[in-house]
Amino acid sequence: MEELYKALKKQLDDGRVSIEVADLSSYSFDASFGEYMPDIICQPMSTEEVVHIVKLCNEYDVPIYPRGSGTSLSGGPLAVHGGLVLDFSRWDNDITVYENDLMMEVSPGVITEKIHKVAESYGLMYPPDPSSSRISTIGGNLAENAGGPRCLKYGVTKDYVVGLEVVTANGDVIHCGGCTVKNVTGYDMTKLIVGSEGTLGIITKATLQLIPKPIDTKTAMLQFDDFITSGKAVSKILRSGILPSKIEIMDKYCVDAVLSTHPIENITADSESLLLVELDGHPLALEAEMKIIEETCASLPGCKMIIAQDEQQASELWEVRKLVSPAIVKFGPTKISEDTSVPISQIPAFFEEIERIRQAYDLNLVVFGHAGDGNLHPNIIIDKRKPEEMKRAEKAVAEIFKASLKLGGTLSGEHGIGLFKKPFMYNEFDEAGMKFMKDVKQALDPNNRLNPGKIFPDENERFVLVHDE
Amino acid sequence: MTSNLIDKLDYDATFDCVQCGFCLPSCPTYLTMKEEKHSPRGRINLVKYAVEGKVTLKDLEEAIDLCLGCRQCETVCPTDVKYGDIYESAVEVLREKRNKKLDTRIMSLFLERNYMLDIMYQGLKLYHTPLISTVINKTKALDVLPERLGNMAAILPPVKKEKTQTQNPFRTKKITVGFFRGCMMDAFFSNINDLAIKILQAHDIQVVEIKQQTCCGALQHHAGEMEKSKKLAKLNIEALEKYDVDYYVNAIGGCGASLIEYDHLLRDDESWKARAEKFVGKVRDISVILDNINLNLDIPINIKATYQPSCHLQNVQHVFNEPEKIIQRIKGLDYKVLPEKDICCGSAGIYNIVNYDASMDILDRKMSHVKEVEPQLIITSNPGCHLQMLLGVKKEGLEENIKVKHIVEVVAEACGIR
Repeated sequence: MEELYKALKKQLDDGRVSIEVADLSSYSFDASFGEYMPDIICQPMSTEEVVHIVKLCNEYDVPIYPRGSGTSLSGGPLAVHGGLVLDFSRWDNDITVYENDLMMEVSPGVITEKIHKVAESYGLMYPPDPSSSRISTIGGNLAENAGGPRCLKYGVTKDYVVGLEVVTANGDVIHCGGCTVKNVTGYDMTKLIVGSEGTLGIITKATLQLIPKPIDTKTAMLQFDDFITSGKAVSKILRSGILPSKIEIMDKYCVDAVLSTHPIENITADSESLLLVELDGHPLALEAEMKIIEETCASLPGCKMIIAQDEQQASELWEVRKLVSPAIVKFGPTKISEDTSVPISQIPAFFEEIERIRQAYDLNLVVFGHAGDGNLHPNIIIDKRKPEEMKRAEKAVAEIFKASLKLGGTLSGEHGIGLFKKPFMYNEFDEAGMKFMKDVKQALDPNNRLNPGKIFPDENERFVLVHDE
Repeated sequence: MTSNLIDKLDYDATFDCVQCGFCLPSCPTYLTMKEEKHSPRGRINLVKYAVEGKVTLKDLEEAIDLCLGCRQCETVCPTDVKYGDIYESAVEVLREKRNKKLDTRIMSLFLERNYMLDIMYQGLKLYHTPLISTVINKTKALDVLPERLGNMAAILPPVKKEKTQTQNPFRTKKITVGFFRGCMMDAFFSNINDLAIKILQAHDIQVVEIKQQTCCGALQHHAGEMEKSKKLAKLNIEALEKYDVDYYVNAIGGCGASLIEYDHLLRDDESWKARAEKFVGKVRDISVILDNINLNLDIPINIKATYQPSCHLQNVQHVFNEPEKIIQRIKGLDYKVLPEKDICCGSAGIYNIVNYDASMDILDRKMSHVKEVEPQLIITSNPGCHLQMLLGVKKEGLEENIKVKHIVEVVAEACGIR
């Protein structure tokens, strides 16, 4: 490793390579629970440098873990087998806008919020809006195929990537896709690389599609006496002919936690479930569309609806959703933030399962998420210094995934599989399905150089639920 | 030794951090250095690892030393992590581990002795007499100082000290305040203190001189010298208790932050806790008082201005909107918001002297935003920021185009008070 360090230093000699303990420690974690000490940190700032690093790592047989801002909740960038963390957060300034093509070309370290701002300055919009967009890099978003509340109407990250520049495991630079929305030439490698969690190639440039920015938005909050009705409301709204940009859901535990610390006018603490609906488009259309939603929901028993009259009221209503994360950590210091998606019709059934798991394991288990696309975030709040509580939480997590898969759901809606969900992969895919994915990995990265230890469970991990006994 | 020191690190508070990274874009050192160890999340993790024996105290040093302690990360943290406590515990432990830095020793020497402040003041006064400053500038006498001190000395404002008449200690007005002058503030910017007192008096507020007041203890606190800070806090509490005043007013973002946390500083001292809490309840920044009175802002100031908030005024005293509300009330003044205004300017007590290069990188970023706005005036609310902005303006060669003034000076001008 010492030799690799020396070799790297020759090219990146301005403090962008480090083997100092303070640096290695600082890249040993992300926003998940994993802790794996890498051996070297590298901060590339060009495609050529990435190629150079990859070739050296091949020469010295060292694994590579691409990393953005480390906001991953699934352990995506962790150096589980030691090796080199390739930190892209410094390469954050290459942005070229092709406004007449509605396209933008970016380097992997660009912060997603910056993309939003730059697009807006041209009257355009980059729709994917992960909750971490203020911090997360586009490279990380691409690797994990990030989502966000707006995905209901607009789709996820992969739906806005038309072209990529990728450094392969052997150090070649390839280009896939291009700069047109329609492109059916050859295999769709762009979509294959996006969401591959850094295991198939290292993204060094991305061409993103932008869309016209909606002129206005309108928000409504719906409060329900029971969560089954709120689940039904989601399908009912979506079948009414209106496609909201966001439909967010919170269970009563989230609502109670928020209101106990931040009382908010017009919102009563007795709601079993709460929906926030946002429409975007032309102001005249918004008026008419909100009326349709109001009429649609009027027939639902125990449903109270507040429609924000102006921007300030709307942001007050959204405040409830924003405060969920800080409010629920009042229950304990450790937050296990899970991510699963179920078919919309199964949201009520999934909520029932969650309540059962909550009681069975006696945990502070709450659910909120993007109800419009069925992507829900069960969160368990515990104290990781209490092993017994951790054990119960681990069992509960396993049950949550079992419940989701049973209802036709999936292991991950937007956080990726990474390190923490790979033991469940065989619960979602059969042998042939897993082999197909492994074949792709084997073909593109035969030496398992790129982000090893992710997505695919180890042999002995295959039928064992994580940390379960 | 080490194990005892490790026990002093605030390990429990590190568990409140869920490592979401929301603090990263708020941290000036992360923005300029782009390394995780120079982010709040990275520093919290290093403190945690130090306790767990995964890193040594030595590994912690650089990351902690280069933190400005601006605490903007606390303001943006979604899970309310007490970064200040974690940082403070690390500073204290590191101070005990090694010899005190020379700069810190000189600082404490000055701040604990009023006569030393007077000497400093006399020295500055001398420097700013036309003859001496000409001699110094012609002979390039300042060049013998290290760059950092030379640059700082060159921007120090002319000293003007004429004690304002405060009023008798017996309550004669509806609102009575004790005025806290501060050390550096009173040495470098005593005219701002004087103007603040004059504004208050002109608006029917009685200002009482608190003779026994002393240094607020902020710099000692930041250097990890907690016992000295506690001693100074007690002296100030004792001083104020003697007077019948409604508020203890200051025009110094940093000192005000120190005063307003006396209850936290003395939380383990049963005999002082209640007194400290009562004291803290009376501490107000001048902008909070001015925002609440009907200021006679009769004279228009036709100028394009921007505002650089003091970190400690915002993130510790939680005074976010008052200064801007006052600025926007001034006739003729074209107020433009400074991009990234909430990010620290890099002054941070004596940070810009002991960590000169890091501070200048932060200042360069700040000045790039100033140049975007192109103001004719930068308004500040703390002497440290004030000097740093003067330095920034000088570094950019913009002295002819941009003035730097404390909000008190701007309000005084708009009220016709000299």
